[in-house]
Amino acid sequence: MATTRPIRVLVAKPGLDGHDRGAKVIARALRDAGMEVIYTGIRQTPEMIVEAAIQEDVDAILLSILSGAHMALFPRIMELLKQNGVTDVLVAAGGILPDEDIPAIKAMGIKGCFGPGTPIEQIIQFVRENIHPERLQVEV
Amino acid sequence: MQNQHRNLIERLLSGDRRALARMVTLIENEVPGTRDSLAELHRHAGRAHIIGITGAPGVGKSTLVTQLTREFRRRERRVAVIAVDPTSPFSGGALLGDRIRMMELAGDPGVFIRSMASRGSLGGLSAATRDVVRAMDAAGYDPILIETVGTGQAEVEIMRAAHSVMVVCAPGLGDEVQALKAGILEIADLFVVSKKDKPGANQTAAELAMLLSLAPERRTAAWRIPIVLTSALKGEGIDQLVDALERHRHFLQESGLLQQRAQRQIRSEIEALILQKVLQHLGEEISPDEWQRLLSEISERARDPYSVARELEERLGLVR
Ligand code: B12
Ligand SMILES: Nc1nc2c(ncn2[C@@H]2O[C@H](COP(=O)(O)OP(=O)(O)O)[C@@H](O)[C@H]2O)c(=O)[nH]1
Ligand SMILES: [Mg+2]
Repeated sequence: MATTRPIRVLVAKPGLDGHDRGAKVIARALRDAGMEVIYTGIRQTPEMIVEAAIQEDVDAILLSILSGAHMALFPRIMELLKQNGVTDVLVAAGGILPDEDIPAIKAMGIKGCFGPGTPIEQIIQFVRENIHPERLQVEV
Repeated sequence: MQNQHRNLIERLLSGDRRALARMVTLIENEVPGTRDSLAELHRHAGRAHIIGITGAPGVGKSTLVTQLTREFRRRERRVAVIAVDPTSPFSGGALLGDRIRMMELAGDPGVFIRSMASRGSLGGLSAATRDVVRAMDAAGYDPILIETVGTGQAEVEIMRAAHSVMVVCAPGLGDEVQALKAGILEIADLFVVSKKDKPGANQTAAELAMLLSLAPERRTAAWRIPIVLTSALKGEGIDQLVDALERHRHFLQESGLLQQRAQRQIRSEIEALILQKVLQHLGEEISPDEWQRLLSEISERARDPYSVARELEERLGLVR
């Protein structure tokens, strides 16, 4: 029954944040690592991000945010995912995330928090290792 | 397993987006058992107008798809979009960027967008696209818009799955009209010159008209291929384009071509399924070692491809 297939990820930029270099770097690096990457572009509402993740049936949602608005946006995203019954998708975040916020971010169910200078290999490996394994079995 | 499929189909038919999204994943990954679901979905499909949109990268296809979707929504239709982008031959990964232009549609429950990577399998992609269309159709979406970059044979094949094929050109991209693939030209039902806010749009339209006048079989056909100029920037030409698409759909229905095209499609689909089975059997019947031996014998001229094929056909039970 098990089928191997490319990992599908959504790279999204929530809120009014124009810093898109990091998101683009990550999108390209994950593509080069053999993943199918859907990039949403900047200025996305939590609703748009969750809807895109559902329709694209992605294995991971990668949130990149440098604006400082993460504590307003992340809870809404996590709540919408829960409301829609999306429980098997990895959610990770990166950008400018102050150390003091990280425990709260992790408590929301967001798995990794990666700041400036994170080596790209580390991000690739993190995504590969943290996808819910049953998703890659592609069953009903 | 069987019950899970049944449950998924029921949710899909009742309009559950997550069920449709999961079905597309199953189709894309050729998960065993999905064909049974598709057989069931086939009974509920057949209502949607399938529109193919093709053209070189950057001509404005994704932008146009967004605007078309908005106009169809205004006309109270539920719209599904399949946006196909190439898989990188080096990494096997893909950057699926069409959605960037379509994000404004994301809040609308009457719109479903799915990005697909070509995954390098020629026949596989067009078969998968057809099956994804079938699932979206069964879920009640009409029209279904398919965006592909019109570069290779795979795209031409995908476009054959569409009822109405729209070829998009933009001014200022060099000899864009000259570069149109012959195969795509043959199946075009409408031309769009996008970015008419830019200089040279009328020139591009004139070149297209010229090209059409040189194709006698298209000139004499009952359907006169329209050339529609649009500007996504100014929101111009979009309702004319939707009108033209609706006219084409009507024309296909009235002339019986819709059924004819659909039947031709299904025939090639069945042929492809059988061919796939035959190849699968062949793979099971002949080990890599035996292949190697046969191929060596043929290249040493001890044997020839024809008698080998004949022998294999016999072993597969294809000839008596
Ligand atoms: C370049 C830059 C800009 C450029 C952005 C260009 C662009 N298109 O991206 C410009 C000049 C436009 C700009 C503007 C502004 N900026 Co600025 N900018 C920066 C700067 C110097 C570098 C950001 C960058 O591109 N880094 C390179 C990329 C590759 O790294 P990265 O984004 O951090 O991504 C890496 C990791 O963080 C991680 N990662 C990132 N996202 C994700 C997601 C996931 C899931 C994972 C796993 C990993 C991950 O992986 C990447 C690779 O290692 C930072 C300072 C800094 N050192 O970070 C300030 C900075 C982000 N900007 C800042 C500010 C305040 C602004 C402005 C508001 C300034 C102003 N007053 O006008 C504007 C706002 C613009 C807007 N519309 O949002 C502040 C933000 C403060 C805060 N959050 O509290 C910073 C931190 C500077 C500072 N110290 O004050 N900026
Ligand atoms: N001026 C102008 N630019 C447009 C128009 N339509 C699209 N574009 C721009 O053309 C670029 C490519 O558009 P996109 O829809 O991604 O093209 P695709 O690659 O064919 O899907 C983008 O920068 C668009 O903003 C238009 O009508 N007028
Ligand atoms: Mg596009």
